[in-house]
Amino acid sequence: MVKQYFFAVAILATLVFFTLTAVRIIRFFRMTKPAFPVRDLAKRFIVMLTIAFGQTRILRKPFTGLMHALVFWGFCVILMGSAEMIIDGLFGTERSLHFLGGFYDFMIASGDISALIIGVAIILFLGRRILLHVKRFEGIEMKAISHIDANIALLMILFLMLTLQGLNITYCEIKVLNQEAIVGFYPVSRLFMGLFSSVPESVLKVWYEIFWWSHILTIFIFAGYLPYSKHFHVFMSVPNVFLSRLYQPGKLTNMEHVTREVRLMMDPNFDFGMPASDIPAERFGIKDAEDISWKNYLDSLACTECGRCTAVCPANITGKRLSPRKIMMDTRARMKEKGPGLVKNGKSFDDHRSLIRDYITEEELWACTTCNACARECPICINQPELIVDMRRYLVMEEGAVPGLLKVTFNNIENNGAPWAYSPEDRLLWAKDLEIRMN
Amino acid sequence: MAEVYARGKKPEYLFWVGCAGAYDDRYKKVVRAFAKILAYLGTDYAVLGKEESCTGDPARRAGNEMLYLMQAMRNIELFKTYEIKKIITICPHCYNILKNEYPDLGGKYEVINYIDFIDSAIHQGKLKVDPAVFEDAKVTYHDPCYLGRINGIYEKPRSVLKQMTPHIFEMQRNKSFALCCGAGGGQMFKEAEKGSKEVYMERTEEALGTGADVIATACPFCMTMLTDGIKYKNKTENVKNLDIAEMVAESLNL
Repeated sequence: MVKQYFFAVAILATLVFFTLTAVRIIRFFRMTKPAFPVRDLAKRFIVMLTIAFGQTRILRKPFTGLMHALVFWGFCVILMGSAEMIIDGLFGTERSLHFLGGFYDFMIASGDISALIIGVAIILFLGRRILLHVKRFEGIEMKAISHIDANIALLMILFLMLTLQGLNITYCEIKVLNQEAIVGFYPVSRLFMGLFSSVPESVLKVWYEIFWWSHILTIFIFAGYLPYSKHFHVFMSVPNVFLSRLYQPGKLTNMEHVTREVRLMMDPNFDFGMPASDIPAERFGIKDAEDISWKNYLDSLACTECGRCTAVCPANITGKRLSPRKIMMDTRARMKEKGPGLVKNGKSFDDHRSLIRDYITEEELWACTTCNACARECPICINQPELIVDMRRYLVMEEGAVPGLLKVTFNNIENNGAPWAYSPEDRLLWAKDLEIRMN
Repeated sequence: MAEVYARGKKPEYLFWVGCAGAYDDRYKKVVRAFAKILAYLGTDYAVLGKEESCTGDPARRAGNEMLYLMQAMRNIELFKTYEIKKIITICPHCYNILKNEYPDLGGKYEVINYIDFIDSAIHQGKLKVDPAVFEDAKVTYHDPCYLGRINGIYEKPRSVLKQMTPHIFEMQRNKSFALCCGAGGGQMFKEAEKGSKEVYMERTEEALGTGADVIATACPFCMTMLTDGIKYKNKTENVKNLDIAEMVAESLNL
């Protein structure tokens, strides 16, 4: 009974802490702008199944992709086992889901195998991070804390797998000693039963308790820690894929109030179906945290800093300052910094800093070729170029802060309908003396 | 277009030439080649000539939404005047914005990329290329971002090339993994930011690394970039940068 009370307190504390975090983040979301209406749920479901659960994008890098996919699928299976542990912990039962029969055996067996696979994959990941120099994990945005954060999460997952395997092994051992039936199927743990063969039952039971409690408590701590880490990814990536932009890759969307203004300029009698006063005057493009859309913010929270975007960015590859990963990390960091002030004082809150310049320099923004390689590569459908172009929109339309040659280009387009300073009269010169042959 | 329309005719297609086709001396040759193909096929088309104006793409991607909208709305009005329904484009940037972004402003057309057009003409047996012309050429194809990654056109350019030569060498980064030439997003019209290398050099080196003697492209800006790259590498003598339309026209002895 004491155990049950303790368990209830632990889970309650986790839930309270998690709720407080969630409320804080939801308030930040309230400060963001609309992006697109979430429609086509069936299509979204398919996208989620293929890209999130099917891991199709991460498999573009076959080896590390497969490692990640195995960890992800294993995680999904083990999650069911964790649910059982919570029921057992609250009600003082043992293996409460065993009534599921064949499915239970399947669930336990795949969890048991997954624990081993994940353990091995995590050791490989840790080894790679610590021993090998992976270029993708470096860059101006990757501070010491980013690396520590990554390693802490990996160590926690490794600890979770070791304790899970430990509790399965001791469970099987105890049952065998007492000549009782083992509930569930443990193909891996049974292989390791020899490890505890000379241990007396009383000690085994202590070990079992240690494994059981340290496993479930680490899960609770992990859940509380995640939202403060890049590994918030674990919670946010599947929703981010579900809520991804369903339109053409690379597509830029219309800015409603600019469209309206230009329409009126070209046709003063154009009927919009609503009075001008209904559309609030707002800032052109993105300068700071309050200008981003909920989707931009969700993207930034889901990013786990894997750097696949930066590794394929032509600007980054050729030594420019731009790193699409940094754009996402900066957006997240800026909301963390300014969010509380916005929530407290409203959207007009000004702390004399901004996302542009204090975090992201103009130099970075102007280096993008909008080639969309970053967005294509992102395993969870983050769109970096959209954010970059929105920040350019701010620079151009609010500040006129444009690199000199682009200013000339804009003038040319405006005056003679081409990016170069040639006359429209010359547009047909290509056809001069063209000899053609008909079929 | 204005003359044809004044005579009471409505051509089936508008051939959208684009700024590079109109003003870039190297790329004018590509437009000429494609115009020859259109004539060879007896395509019923017209061009806007001096009435054509920038789609607004470079302005939009450089953040100047206002200028983009003015260009787009002007063009949409013009298309309306001439009752245009089908547009053939060569430049992938024009193609993308006409096809995917003009509809948001009410400009809905059937927009056809020239590669698609050539490919279907070949499949219908209307274009019979002479496989002897490029028989010995070693060709590598550079995927333009706005044709490949953005519009998913990867196979058709390769299938057209295969009609002309069996020797096609893929770069390591190809199709959806292809590296940009460095010209997109307004970069064509500005100096590059400080870095250790130019993007087009990185891509040119990769293309040259395949051992190809023809780098085939399907975008005016990619062509400018890669031609410059070949020049800086002093390979102008041995390596040619050709547009797929030029290769097709040559294979037809046009």
